[in-house]
Amino acid sequence: MAPLGKLALYGLGVIIALLAAAKAHDSLFAIHAWIFAIAGTIGIVVTAKRFKFAGDAPVDDTAYFDSVIQAGAIATLFWGIAGFLVGVIIALQLAYPELNFNLEFISFGRLRPLHTSAVIFAFGGNALLCTSFYVVQRTCRTRLALGNSAWFVFWGYQLFIVLAATGYLLGVTQSKEYAEPEWYVDLWLTIVWVVYLLVFLGTLLKRKEPHIYVANWFYLAFIVTIAMLHVVNGLSMPVSLLGSKSYPIFAGVQDALTQWWYGHNAVGFFLTSGFLGMMYYFMPKQAERPVYSYRLSIVHFWSLIFLYIWAGPHHLHYTALPDWAQTLGMVFSIMLWMPSWGGMINGLMTLSGAWDKLRTDPVIRMMVLAIAFYGMSTFEGPMMSIKAVNSLSHYTDWTIGHVHSGALGWVGMISFGAIYYLVPKLWGRDGLYSLRLINWHFWLATLGIVVYAAVMWVSGIMQGLMWREFDDQGFLVYSFAESVAAMHPFYVIRAFGGILYLAGALVMAWNIYQTIKGRKRAETPMGVPVAAAS
Amino acid sequence: MDYETLRHAADSWGLLYMFIVFVCVIAFVFRPGSRKHYDEAARIPLKED
Repeated sequence: MAPLGKLALYGLGVIIALLAAAKAHDSLFAIHAWIFAIAGTIGIVVTAKRFKFAGDAPVDDTAYFDSVIQAGAIATLFWGIAGFLVGVIIALQLAYPELNFNLEFISFGRLRPLHTSAVIFAFGGNALLCTSFYVVQRTCRTRLALGNSAWFVFWGYQLFIVLAATGYLLGVTQSKEYAEPEWYVDLWLTIVWVVYLLVFLGTLLKRKEPHIYVANWFYLAFIVTIAMLHVVNGLSMPVSLLGSKSYPIFAGVQDALTQWWYGHNAVGFFLTSGFLGMMYYFMPKQAERPVYSYRLSIVHFWSLIFLYIWAGPHHLHYTALPDWAQTLGMVFSIMLWMPSWGGMINGLMTLSGAWDKLRTDPVIRMMVLAIAFYGMSTFEGPMMSIKAVNSLSHYTDWTIGHVHSGALGWVGMISFGAIYYLVPKLWGRDGLYSLRLINWHFWLATLGIVVYAAVMWVSGIMQGLMWREFDDQGFLVYSFAESVAAMHPFYVIRAFGGILYLAGALVMAWNIYQTIKGRKRAETPMGVPVAAAS
Repeated sequence: MDYETLRHAADSWGLLYMFIVFVCVIAFVFRPGSRKHYDEAARIPLKED
């Protein structure tokens, strides 16, 4: 867009935001209007400073658009560490409630959505944004479409994250899990997301490669489905156009089903489909061999997206939801075993004939662990969706453990692997600063996940069993508070697992920083025993 | 569309529709002469850097 048009748009936005702040019905809405105004002002200053009277230099249309991907890689790391840190804090709050400090802003109830959104949407979302922009350009062999729109998508998405995060701390929420932001933040995300879809589709349309590589199908399914889920689940009526409160248009069990249709497909299409796109590109690249079976990847794609969309009702077992709908959700969840394991096998077998790379390449190691965790959590999930199992596992820490083996193991590790691959490419460096540090990251993270998941299994099953324990008179044996007290040691160990994972991410940040600076660590190459080399 | 209609659609025509789609995907993927096409497609990421 021409700089003058841009300035006019920013100016209009700032004026509207300031008017909204002045006329706001509640102080929370006013604060958010101010954040919009500040963001718009930054936009004006940056655009004006870059303004050239001679006109902008023509863009080299044959080169890839990589600057936005660099920013995305850094944002991924930044939000990842922020999200893991908040996770550690709330894990400690559960073990030591004194850490709430009697302040509403940092109470568990407000920090918990901050943690989930920071890791899912800020860390995971930025990883998906930047890798999708990278993959679609490389596999279509063309520059991103629509000029600089990718920058709007990037900064617009960061603004969404800031609005959501500040909202949680201040107490703005529509109380829908993983969809907490209120109506005006939802609208802003919708605009950003539509531009993201247009950039992605536009790039696919002008591709120079006749075939659309399968990774792009997974990314496209992620973008399209998240748009649909976000819009339908976000349908709500604001109390006032200048206030932060709204009410959903659905009520009762319909609202619950809409919420979990959204919630489970956020897992299926945000945390699975998008990251499978990542797997189908970065795994072959790092292993330097094509994916094991391209046919299987196509079957994987269509069966995964056809089945996932029906699995949501398994979050509502034994509720007011009709029985047949619960069973439907359960059956579709179990059928998901097939595509999930098909995809896992496809990813792992890509290494067949090159398994020795595991010894020397810690990035491959990370990706393989990610795919292994994809297999484990997609085995565990359908099992937990079986009604009889769910009657024990639901509302317990087992669910939390399951989510984290998927999120830390699969989503986290495949994203780390992709970022380790990307950074030397994007900054034109000859390899990473240190492979040994990746190895450290790998083991810290792996230990962290194993500690976390194992402890949550024990505490979750214990919790479930305590809740359902009857004596021979038919009375409950344990009060709820007794089950909470029994979980204290597990909560402490869980926090330790989280600290290990966070420590791994800090090691990664150091490694990536040094790589960007162009430094190389003097170290014994991987695969050579330290003693033998010295 | 009431509850009963939806319920019966899901366990009859809906089920059949999904199954037919699945069979068609498999048939399409294994259509004769597709191996070369898919082998080339699998190499797309490895063509450059």
